[in-house]
Amino acid sequence: MNTPIIEQLENGLLRTDLPEFRVGDTVRVHYKIVEGDKDRIQVFQGVVTKRHRAGARSTFTVRKISFNVGVERIFLLHTPRIDKVEIVSKGVVRRARLFYLRDLQGKAARVRDAKDN
Amino acid sequence: MNTNPGIFGKKIGFTQIFTDDGNVRRVTVIQAGPVTVVGKRTKEKDGYVALVCGLTDAKDKHVNKAEAGIFKKAGVTAKRIVKELRCSEEFAGKFEVGAVMKLDQIFEAGQKVDTRGTTKGRGFTGVMRRWNFAGAGSDTHGTHEYRRHGGSIGTNMTPGRTLPNVKMGGHYGDETVSMLNVVLVRMDVEKNLLMIDGGVPGAKNSLVLVRHAVKAKKKKAGR
Repeated sequence: MNTPIIEQLENGLLRTDLPEFRVGDTVRVHYKIVEGDKDRIQVFQGVVTKRHRAGARSTFTVRKISFNVGVERIFLLHTPRIDKVEIVSKGVVRRARLFYLRDLQGKAARVRDAKDN
Repeated sequence: MNTNPGIFGKKIGFTQIFTDDGNVRRVTVIQAGPVTVVGKRTKEKDGYVALVCGLTDAKDKHVNKAEAGIFKKAGVTAKRIVKELRCSEEFAGKFEVGAVMKLDQIFEAGQKVDTRGTTKGRGFTGVMRRWNFAGAGSDTHGTHEYRRHGGSIGTNMTPGRTLPNVKMGGHYGDETVSMLNVVLVRMDVEKNLLMIDGGVPGAKNSLVLVRHAVKAKKKKAGR
């Protein structure tokens, strides 16, 4: 329902340098953190549990277990703060949203690797 | 009378953009023009200073002969929307009749501006929507036929009447509203786009006025 003007504006913001990844893939997100006037790159590695495809406003959610606590982080796909996204492994999943991982622990909370098929 | 430099525009819609430092700003996009100066009002002739601004070309059938004469005299194509912009003599001097107002002649990105628009008309609305009344506290406990009412509107014998300006249901919206001191995040001079932080009153495609902020803080001397 967007007007052509807004569409054009948003298209100018899109990033084309990121690799194509899907829900279920394990990714390493290199994210720039600004501390005062210094930049630092922090890596967040985990399973992509959701992709919200909405043009320039697209986001993706990455879930990881950190010190036995599940951490989910939502990244804006097209933000200049993302330095790069590495795909660690491709996963095989049957769902578009992997929220069921939240209820699982340990070995059960894994996603099948595409390599093993 | 507000005579700060400004321009008319059409509200296009809402989106978010990334600023240079990587932050996201939610912005309203306003297409300000191309705005053509159709005429001028001058102190000597009219008693006040204003630019007559024209937006969007009009078809012949929408222009009557009197209006056509005005456009012909100014040497511009006929315009659908013609509005006067009260301004300072200095600002009016920057634009010739027939000239197209460029955004970078008026604003610079990052500055504070005021926006003015006409809010969406909501028709006759009750007190809950219009004044955020709570309504009856409960839908049960004996409440009946009184769920979205406003409660008391005054006292009994003294003064024996309802005071003026008591909040009640009535027509809501379709009024002129200004948003003061909002940030002009970015502008696109070529496409005549203004991107303003946050919301701007009015529906999409409605006419809005953007001016330099009236209450923008002046830099304090010393301290």
